[in-house]
Amino acid sequence: MAINFKDGVILGADSRTTTGAYIANRVTDKLTQVHDTIWCCRSGSAADTQAVADIVSYHLNMYGVTNAEAPTTQVAASLFQELCYENKDALSAGIILAGWDARHGGQVFSIPLGGSLHKQPFAIGGSGSTYIYGYTDAHWREQMTEEEGIDFVRSALQEAIKWDGSSGGVIRLVVLTKAGAVRHLYLPDNGYTGPGVTN
Amino acid sequence: MPGFDFTNYNRNAALHAKGVPLPKATSTGTTIVGCIYDKGVVIAADTRATSGPIVADKNCEKLHYIAPKIWCAGAGTAADTEFTTALISSNVELHSLSTGRDPRVITCMTMLKQHLFRYQGHIGAYLVVAGVDPTGTGLYTVHAHGSTDKLPYVTMGSGSLAAMSVFESTWQPDLDRQGAIDICAEAIKAGIFNDLGSGSNVDVCVIEKDQPTQLLRNYMKPNDRPQKERNYRFPRGTTAYLDQRVISKEDMKKYVTIETLSGDDKITTGDSMEVDT
Repeated sequence: MAINFKDGVILGADSRTTTGAYIANRVTDKLTQVHDTIWCCRSGSAADTQAVADIVSYHLNMYGVTNAEAPTTQVAASLFQELCYENKDALSAGIILAGWDARHGGQVFSIPLGGSLHKQPFAIGGSGSTYIYGYTDAHWREQMTEEEGIDFVRSALQEAIKWDGSSGGVIRLVVLTKAGAVRHLYLPDNGYTGPGVTN
Repeated sequence: MPGFDFTNYNRNAALHAKGVPLPKATSTGTTIVGCIYDKGVVIAADTRATSGPIVADKNCEKLHYIAPKIWCAGAGTAADTEFTTALISSNVELHSLSTGRDPRVITCMTMLKQHLFRYQGHIGAYLVVAGVDPTGTGLYTVHAHGSTDKLPYVTMGSGSLAAMSVFESTWQPDLDRQGAIDICAEAIKAGIFNDLGSGSNVDVCVIEKDQPTQLLRNYMKPNDRPQKERNYRFPRGTTAYLDQRVISKEDMKKYVTIETLSGDDKITTGDSMEVDT
């Protein structure tokens, strides 16, 4: 999931990767950087979403170098949409894109299975998201502080992990603001209370 | 054109539709593992290759060379792991020559994942890629569909569950070289003994910075076949006989003609028959 808050955006995800009934990776990093302050949450096929994110990452890198200016979140969103729409028959990729750029500040985009693009105040996705539509809708507020935003995302993911068997492990967050990207980690050992900032 | 040849695809599909069974591929059952330690990385594999329920090779090599300090353990279809690692090894060497730098593990992993993703899982290669490069130690898993994971310890193949149970119960963050070898060998043994698809011996490869890479072939042989305690050969005198007659050379002349050959006469002999000794 990803949300807008007062100073930027927050991305969050669990860390479970499954192959059938087996957990192939319990500490997966589903929050993937495609540029300095443009990140995405990957859901669906790991192979497909990694391939798409790698291609977008390459294009944004080239964009940044050739224009000597960081790409906007919209540019990244368009690249993702193009790949997901044109190859919709071959892909199973549900992507939430969130970024901070100097022109628009924080923005959240959702690109679900068919390859459509939606700009949203916040977005949830993946198998566990169905369990937290009610929770997020009831608790969502515009212009939250960073601390409130982190609490909102962490609590929502905790709920998704609780109810969805395919979600679990640790909670990873990335906070994107003017200051850059800051990673957070919350472990199940202490009821997802810490350790918090990891870089 | 480089790549695969699909000339016979339609013919094979038609034959299969008529009920001709597909040929069996070797080695779907395997245990392969990898584990990083303070100065390097260890990968290990079992040595059983299977074709359906048949053990096709009791002591095969599943640790593949990619570069002097990058090695790969392969599970899945034997031919696919063999050829993809050989292809990427070749490209990695050309890349290294062209850039004038030592090859990196992440480069190799990216080339593998992009190759496998292009073939949408039809190349059945499940790999553990490990090595050391100028950026440090690297350990990744690459699945046939092109997804990758980066972890401090990894397992793959049908024995991955048994092997992972060893890591999850005994792994510690501050392993040394021998500690890493021990835990990897123990994990492979768990696969050998608890997974039907895995068996025979343990192969280990140790890659460390500023140290030559060591391939410890058959590091452990927990299934050595001992000398048989008994054999099926009949001892002399087993067969009973009623009468014995000794015919002297003189008596023999009554029945056949005997010629004594000199040393320089050419003797043509037939191929000797193979007999048990």
